[in-house]
Amino acid sequence: MLDNVIMLVFAMISIALLLNLYRLLRGPSIPDRILALDTMYINSIALIILYGLLMESPLYFEAALLIAMLGFVSTVAVCKFLLRGDIIE
Amino acid sequence: MEHWIEWVVAFFLLLGGSFVLIGSIGLTRMPDFFMRLHGPTKATTLGMGGILLGSIFFFYTHGETSVHELLITIFLLITAPISAHMLIKTALHYKLKTIDKTTGKENIHAAQQKQHDRKPLP
Repeated sequence: MLDNVIMLVFAMISIALLLNLYRLLRGPSIPDRILALDTMYINSIALIILYGLLMESPLYFEAALLIAMLGFVSTVAVCKFLLRGDIIE
Repeated sequence: MEHWIEWVVAFFLLLGGSFVLIGSIGLTRMPDFFMRLHGPTKATTLGMGGILLGSIFFFYTHGETSVHELLITIFLLITAPISAHMLIKTALHYKLKTIDKTTGKENIHAAQQKQHDRKPLP
């Protein structure tokens, strides 16, 4: 039963990623695109964790943690650059 | 694996997956940026919490308890408001349009003025 549930959640998150991709491509303004990228990295963390559940291996959490940290730093860096014209003043 | 633990894991995974999907639907369907920000910052963070909670239960029954999931959950809960704050400041800087139904527009103008008056660092 759990395998079917994991496949269903895989499908849900893939649809969510496609919706984010639509907003990333269409987004009328730059903050919209940054927000879509931010959501996409969070959803990809969910995908990696689900793959780890499917393979029954706790190895994938390191990758998820790495993506979480780098994604947050990149979002803040892009926002800072747009706000001030420089990342570290 | 015990029977009822499997149900608990399935429940948390489905809850998390639905919240992630709802957050992305909100990101796609809402009319202006100030409304769009609500979906990913609230619903998606809660959905990630659900998925990671399911993962904690799953690996607990396999005898491999790890703190990595808790670490990811806490990290996401801390960083989501910060990135939302930076995004809303960027939106104020760009003077994005709002639709008529958006509430709190006077706050938007006040914050824009405050940010505009900010002096550059020496």
